[in-house]
Amino acid sequence: MLAIIDYGVGNIFSLSASLKTLGQDAVLTSDIKTIEQSDRIILPGVGAFRDAAEKLRETGMWDVVLSEAAKGKPILGICLGMQMLFDKSYEYGEYEGLGLISGDVVPISSVTDADLKIPHMGWNSLSFPEGKEKSRLYKYTNEGDYVYFVHSYCAANCESAVSAKTHYGADLTASAENGNVYGTQFHPEKSGNIGLKILKAFCEI
Amino acid sequence: MLTKRIIPCLDVRDGEVVKGVNFKGLSRVSSPVDLAKHYSECGADELVFYDITASFEGRRLFTDILKEVASTIFIPLTVGGGINTPADFDRVLKCGADKVSVNSGAIKNPGLIREAAEIYGSQCVVLSVDVKRVNGKFTVFAKGGRENTGIDAIEWIKRGEDAGAGEIVLNSIDTDGVKKGFDLEMLRAVTEVTSLPVIASGGAGCIDDFITLFKDNDKVDAGLAASIFHFGEVEIKDLKNTLADNGISVRKVW
Repeated sequence: MLAIIDYGVGNIFSLSASLKTLGQDAVLTSDIKTIEQSDRIILPGVGAFRDAAEKLRETGMWDVVLSEAAKGKPILGICLGMQMLFDKSYEYGEYEGLGLISGDVVPISSVTDADLKIPHMGWNSLSFPEGKEKSRLYKYTNEGDYVYFVHSYCAANCESAVSAKTHYGADLTASAENGNVYGTQFHPEKSGNIGLKILKAFCEI
Repeated sequence: MLTKRIIPCLDVRDGEVVKGVNFKGLSRVSSPVDLAKHYSECGADELVFYDITASFEGRRLFTDILKEVASTIFIPLTVGGGINTPADFDRVLKCGADKVSVNSGAIKNPGLIREAAEIYGSQCVVLSVDVKRVNGKFTVFAKGGRENTGIDAIEWIKRGEDAGAGEIVLNSIDTDGVKKGFDLEMLRAVTEVTSLPVIASGGAGCIDDFITLFKDNDKVDAGLAASIFHFGEVEIKDLKNTLADNGISVRKVW
């Protein structure tokens, strides 16, 4: 069973539907026992970092994610859920993240051309870092495949954890991982068949 | 590289897709779910659904269809039509919409954009504007293009951006249904004043119109059309191949 962490943030209709399409037994839950019994965890999220991190703490999900990650259970953070896996975010202030992947979350405008539109929204292609083994998340994905992004902040200072990049004025972190902890800045549940294949690969880890 | 988006638009009334020429004389096309599936397979980058029913029953049919579409295809879905309150946002977001487009609802209640952006985030608030030239001035029309609001379109779009809209759909009533190309002049006037993504709508008649659109103005992010796709006059696959041949970055799924 796959547990989608329910902490009142984000629109999970498509995520649930895409996992169902893949034949996965996925439940949206904030029940600690259920999460402990799950085989893998997805941490969704849209909106602002501070609000989401607060809600994650309020619901007790913060500690559960940390303890399950420590057990070695596969965890996938999506979009803001991915950003929360890092040490710190500088979105409207400075806020602590889960610290499961080392790096920071910074405004896209601080790392790319000033005249580019923010948010980075739409379909952009993946490139895999040279000299690294391809992530298990991309078992069925090829370099150059397009995925769907919507974000104004991005993960930085996480070079060793980056599993894919995307180009928008500069190379941005498209996904990152640390052991059993995975994060995608893009929305696999909105990325058509490519996205389904990425979710399928996660479900096979 | 971020690609230019191609977006088919489906007007839905009582559970079926319709398309009006100059917003009048609606004619039936096909099932929204079948069309959505077809477009997704052909490489559509997003889909827009406008609910043009006014009845309660029609609205229920619409959300049923939306759920079915969102359970079947996994690309971004924008929903518009009859969005007047944050509760309307909630209703369609729960059924699988990713973005919600406001038009007349925001004209009646300009606070709606800010309110919705604060609750759901700017990324999900799309300001859709129907614009027509009146005495040489770009003017906002409401109620599906039937009512002249007297509001200056450029000012209105700037206000929308300040209030927290995350994207603009600019529909030119002057070129809509005429099939002689997008309204490049109107688009330029808008992209000069906003830093939001702009979706061009109204006037596409052939593949060349899209090439001209993206070549003319690099700040246009997407092209939206309805009947030319529904009636097969332009196949999205051919369109994207031709755009790519012309040096315009598009996403191919084949």
